[in-house]
Amino acid sequence: MPFTSAVITFPGSNCDRDMAVAVEEVCGGTVHRVWHGDASLPEGLDFIAVPGGFSYGDYLRSGAMAARSPIMQAVVEAAGRGVPVLGVCNGFQILTEAGLLPGALMRNAGIRFVCREVPLKVENSQSLFTQRYFKDQVITIPVAHHDGNYFADAETLDRLEGEGRVAFRYAEPVNGSQRDIAGVLNEAGNVLGMMPHPERMIEAAQGGSDGRKLFEGVLAGLNVSA
Amino acid sequence: MKVRVHVSLKNGVLDPQGRAIHHALEGLGFAGVKDVRAGRLFELDVADDTSDEALDDMCRKLLANMVIENYRIEKVAA
Repeated sequence: MPFTSAVITFPGSNCDRDMAVAVEEVCGGTVHRVWHGDASLPEGLDFIAVPGGFSYGDYLRSGAMAARSPIMQAVVEAAGRGVPVLGVCNGFQILTEAGLLPGALMRNAGIRFVCREVPLKVENSQSLFTQRYFKDQVITIPVAHHDGNYFADAETLDRLEGEGRVAFRYAEPVNGSQRDIAGVLNEAGNVLGMMPHPERMIEAAQGGSDGRKLFEGVLAGLNVSA
Repeated sequence: MKVRVHVSLKNGVLDPQGRAIHHALEGLGFAGVKDVRAGRLFELDVADDTSDEALDDMCRKLLANMVIENYRIEKVAA
């Protein structure tokens, strides 16, 4: 079976095309573009990506409106069945608002929008998404966000760390995130949310290819062919 | 029925916006401001028979993010 994936587009998404190109480039197969108002996902998905942007103009809270859109009910249901789900930037915010991941993403501690390449340390190299990296490997991935300041209470943070659910950590201060957390996994390990944009680092022409291995990991972890 | 929902950050949650507003107040020369916390106010006009449970549900499901925020419901005399 060829790799079958979906990239969700909300009004205000702006990284959906980049995400679709990255998934197609690295994983091949068929990338379905799914609109937020759709009530169901295509059949037989191997992977779902919730891309970055400013869904619903960041009304109420970043990701809050998108998390309540019809298609997210289907994404939550698919995640529950074990379908791998990646949320990047606004997608991470949406996944936390939808309750698929713990914590919340608040305004950057420095108030300013941060748009630059950042060093990320791979904390967990055992997950579906991070298996092609080495533990403690430092990779370079760009961030571009205003609300990337990860917050969860101390008890939740301890649990995330204890269970190896911190996938990536910023190797330098970026946005005030608790314990420099840049990406977290759900309990089952099939949902990853991260503020940095791996889809913007898949080939040399983009300035680097450190994000490529994340998509390679997803492909390698599934019994499908590119 | 008019209802006001006040949403504020939980204690212990740092508030970068409140801090920036605090600095701005100081910049304008207002002395003695000890702390600023930014929140949100929603004014709802709902059917008179809307239950307290339904209002609570609205807050928990959408108006507030329970990870970082508290809410307070205030019924306003028409």
